[in-house]
Amino acid sequence: MADILQLLVAGLATGGIYALVAIGFTLLWQTSQTINFAQGEFVMLPAFFVLIAMGYFGLPFWPAMAVGGVVSVAVLGLLFKKWMVDPMIRHGVLPLVIATIGLAILMKEAVREFYGADAWPFPAFAATTDVSVLGAVFSVQSLVILAICLAVVAALQLFLGGTRTGRCMQATAQNPTVARLLGIRVERMILYTFLINGALVWVASLLITPIYLAKFTNGEWLGLYAFIAAIIGGFNQVRGAIVGGLLLGVVDNFAAAYISSQYRMAIPLMILIVVILFRPQGLLGRVEERTV
Amino acid sequence: MRTLKSVLALATLAVACAAQADVKFAYVGEISGSIAVSGGNFRDGVVLAVEELNAKGGILKNKIVLTLYDTQTNPGVARSQMQKAIDGDPYVVLGPIFSGNVKVTMQLLQQAEIPSFTGGEAAELTTLGSPYLFRTSFGQQIGMPKIANYIRDEIKAKTVALIWVNNDFGKGGRDRLMKELAARNIKLVADVSTESGQVDFAADVVKLKAANADAVFVYSNEEECARIMREARKQGLKGPFVGDTTLLSQKTIELAAEAANGVVGHVGLTADAPIPAVTDFAARFQKRFNYKPDHNGIKGYTAVYAVKFVTETKLGKFDRKGLAKVMHGLTITPKEEPGILMETTWDNVGEIDRISFLAEVVNGKQNISKVLPKLGK
Repeated sequence: MADILQLLVAGLATGGIYALVAIGFTLLWQTSQTINFAQGEFVMLPAFFVLIAMGYFGLPFWPAMAVGGVVSVAVLGLLFKKWMVDPMIRHGVLPLVIATIGLAILMKEAVREFYGADAWPFPAFAATTDVSVLGAVFSVQSLVILAICLAVVAALQLFLGGTRTGRCMQATAQNPTVARLLGIRVERMILYTFLINGALVWVASLLITPIYLAKFTNGEWLGLYAFIAAIIGGFNQVRGAIVGGLLLGVVDNFAAAYISSQYRMAIPLMILIVVILFRPQGLLGRVEERTV
Repeated sequence: MRTLKSVLALATLAVACAAQADVKFAYVGEISGSIAVSGGNFRDGVVLAVEELNAKGGILKNKIVLTLYDTQTNPGVARSQMQKAIDGDPYVVLGPIFSGNVKVTMQLLQQAEIPSFTGGEAAELTTLGSPYLFRTSFGQQIGMPKIANYIRDEIKAKTVALIWVNNDFGKGGRDRLMKELAARNIKLVADVSTESGQVDFAADVVKLKAANADAVFVYSNEEECARIMREARKQGLKGPFVGDTTLLSQKTIELAAEAANGVVGHVGLTADAPIPAVTDFAARFQKRFNYKPDHNGIKGYTAVYAVKFVTETKLGKFDRKGLAKVMHGLTITPKEEPGILMETTWDNVGEIDRISFLAEVVNGKQNISKVLPKLGK
């Protein structure tokens, strides 16, 4: 029982990070029909922004973290939209998808060239101690990660549902034409989603890198897992991405512990196939109809 | 008179050209990919030795020209890169470090009759019958008995939980360790296989915890060792953690940070060895590359000096077949060749023997607690 509880908490902590990244996928898709295949690399990069701020500019960890956040929002939110999405999206979804794949390769190789192929240690902002509950030992770091993920998701939901800007963003996501007729500044709302995505990947990066170390390849599997999570949960629903992320984290951990470490990657893919076959819109997604 | 001057000028030019002749060395190793840490260290050790030798005029007054080939830690790429290196007609090949890459390329080197100095540690490499393959560090058949003795005599463990990486290196070590533990009546209570490049070890550490063993043996590459240690500390797994050279390497300690403290084990090579020549080497390496070398840096460095010693002292000429022949059964002492750092012997299959160390990580530093003699002494 203790093992199951530990696996559950560890899985939820990892799943929470997948959820943050998957939310970014769904937000960008809903507002701008952007599928960002560089999303994994977007999570890899903020950790290096922080390391550069610490290593090259001599900043302590907390200010470096803040600088990393500002740079992430600016580069991965604003510049990504202005320099890549805006020029490409008018040519359709597919060219943009291919462009983001190219961007992922560019970012990965740039980090390798600039920072090397080695992994780098990254400071954790939670102590590596543990607490014992009902005979099960939980790591404080996992609990903190889980708490931060839940807090970020809750704050985002509050923002989207409880503020005028958030509701305008939702309206833009549901029907940009009608939103424009209602006087909503659609372009600005789309920009906000890109900035939010920049902030989400920054948080995900700060949470995951202390455990997995900073390495140029980190985005490969993370982007894939988050993409699968978004599809399983429902690509057009933020709550779907949350459920998909948490589910994937838990299933992945249990599969590694009780089925096989070697086949752990196969289990999420099998779930993906089952979901696509029997519920193509995802567990919490809604069916989208198109008029042709 | 004018003709005589021209002849003299041409003769001078010819002598100058002869003096500037080159000898080609090829490094075929893991510059990128999952064990880039190890391959990068080995490469830098080679580069340092080559620069030092070239500054003194090279080998037999021939400047060493080093070409680097990246296997990307991928056996398919390793084979094509090795063929490319062989096509360049090198005197020797240094690397690969990844045992899987050594296995798929050693036959090419044997066919081309080019001696190679590998960083691979999988036990079976020297049993595959290549007369051109030479180790730069212990094979697992040498290291594991020493570790098993350590687990029995120093830690006094009756049960061991093992976590290992599922590649040629990890599988070779696991098989050898299981044999040695069984011979000492030490029970293996968990056998946890992991993947090369794996980043999430939460489930694996839960399995180790459930085993409740007297000692946890960690056998993986440096980055994975660091991630395992971080996860183990995160989940409150107490250990003691035992391992071989990679678990106690400088890079693992750097990546694992405080999670590496308390790790104990056997190290074949270390920059923290209480030997002045090794300390001097580590200082030169640090000055040149701005980081502290691990055992792979020493492997690459000493391999180049072994080639230099045999070529200059034993052969007096560049002779690949002669080099391979002389290496078998050879002992090089630091008195004969300071660049070898420690007395080293190669046996008739290219296996290496030298002193080794028992160590513990204390406050982020590797402390040598005991020096173990050469097996042949």
